[in-house]
Amino acid sequence: MTITDHEKAVFKAIGVNDKDAIESVYKDNFSLIQHFVLYNNGNEDDARDIFQEAMIVLFEKSKSPDFVLTCQIKTYLYSVCRRLWLKKLHQNRKIESQIENFDQIVPVEDDLEEHEKLNKQYLIMRTAMGKIGEPCKSLIEAFYVHHKNMHEIAEFFGYTNADNAKNQKYKCLVRLKKLFFAQYKNA
Amino acid sequence: MDQLQLSEMVEKYLRGELSGAEKVAFEEMRMKDPELDQMVVEYHAFLDQIENYGAIRRFKSTLYDTHQTLQEDGLIKELRIRGSARIVNLWSRYRRVVTVAASIAGITALLISGMITVFSPKTPLRDIEELRRKVSSLEKQSSTQRVELNKFKNKIEPGASVKFGGTGFIIDPKGYMVTSAHVLKDAKKVYVQNQDGEDFLAEIIHLDASSDIALLKINDLDFKATKQLPYGFAKTSTDLSAPVYTLGYPKDEIVYNEGYLSAKSGLDGDTLSYQLAISANPGNSGGPVLNKNGEVIGILNARQASANGVVFATKSKNIYSLLESIKDAESPEHIRIHNASSIKKVDRMQQVKKVQDYVYMVKVVLN
Repeated sequence: MTITDHEKAVFKAIGVNDKDAIESVYKDNFSLIQHFVLYNNGNEDDARDIFQEAMIVLFEKSKSPDFVLTCQIKTYLYSVCRRLWLKKLHQNRKIESQIENFDQIVPVEDDLEEHEKLNKQYLIMRTAMGKIGEPCKSLIEAFYVHHKNMHEIAEFFGYTNADNAKNQKYKCLVRLKKLFFAQYKNA
Repeated sequence: MDQLQLSEMVEKYLRGELSGAEKVAFEEMRMKDPELDQMVVEYHAFLDQIENYGAIRRFKSTLYDTHQTLQEDGLIKELRIRGSARIVNLWSRYRRVVTVAASIAGITALLISGMITVFSPKTPLRDIEELRRKVSSLEKQSSTQRVELNKFKNKIEPGASVKFGGTGFIIDPKGYMVTSAHVLKDAKKVYVQNQDGEDFLAEIIHLDASSDIALLKINDLDFKATKQLPYGFAKTSTDLSAPVYTLGYPKDEIVYNEGYLSAKSGLDGDTLSYQLAISANPGNSGGPVLNKNGEVIGILNARQASANGVVFATKSKNIYSLLESIKDAESPEHIRIHNASSIKKVDRMQQVKKVQDYVYMVKVVLN
């Protein structure tokens, strides 16, 4: 099946965290995935978790320069969710062979392997962030997650000027880096 | 050039923010200085990781918002399969498996009971019981030994100064727990220890100084999600003179205490807190305060005034508002607490027996 230009544009927009694109994909696909998970021994929390993880895979793929979308977003999401859910069922030692299929699927094993690697890195960073303590954590997140500038940060955290905030950020970053690589090199 | 300026320069260079001449000069420096080169490479990898982390955090927060909006607008619905339909469904699907399993179980049971009568040594049963008792009494005595054993498991690094900070309790079976924010003051690392003396590494998710509540997540491979919580969380105010009880770790072992609600506000009319008449010691901070129905009405924070036996607890309502406030940003994972308690009808002793598995010692490492 050919992919429309609109579909391609939506896929690209997801990679830049475009609210409208995300909302339209969410609206069009969530129910199908929920149905699938509920009818294969899951509950509504599982459905939500699985669907959102698949959206993150889509996000990662959209940002990756090497990835080319070769099927509809719907098919791709469904394939990813199916694979993720199978794995989860397998981990919980539930019977997996009788999983019910609703739709066509594409192979996504390699994509998910890549996703798992990225997710592991994300978790290492999250753990490292948890370990640096406050106010370091909030300061680093203000800068790198919420993209605040040094003046805003200085004001918010009560530093006398942007240079002081910068100094503090540097110290925090050194600690974070140490913590991160300690885990990262082991992994 | 000091380290700060250097790292700033590297960051600018990697973001492509250096001017043409600066860039040339920097690259020349990098060529000559392998140490600097190594630093740039490492920094690059690290910055990429932080950027990715930030991007995913932002994306997750968008997903969370989108889900809320679509649900509020009725464009998606969270469906539930009703209990009975689900069981029938499972039964029809697994009927054959169950029948086979049951017959195997039956045969095995017969075989084993046969084997036991044939092979079991004829020792008197009393010996075995005595031995068991000894082990358990030993376990109770040697709380210090228990800590040392844990060190061998290499959870808490040797030399780290552990302060036995306080108490915490589970609010979501996925490993989320709350304690008092002041317990975690200056914390570099937090461990929580369950009744069996097992340590788990925990991550601070959120600190709220005004209500003195901290949200922790147990972030440890050895931790398995708990069963459904026995207690609920009261949403409404509790009445004056209501009997309450608490569990906590003022020493190395869990301790029970009971008392009553003596005022509906805390120190100097602080409406976020209750005043209790209960006996509590510093390690009790962060412990749950429960009413007779087994609902958590507050978190004890042991702010003792000059008066004797006057204890304060932050109201459980504050847990709800804390979770509400961090919903989008801090933890895209869904934290659910509910107000129904499943131990409403059982007596106090049974309640405590259930609740104590969910109350942990919080240990704070300062260096």
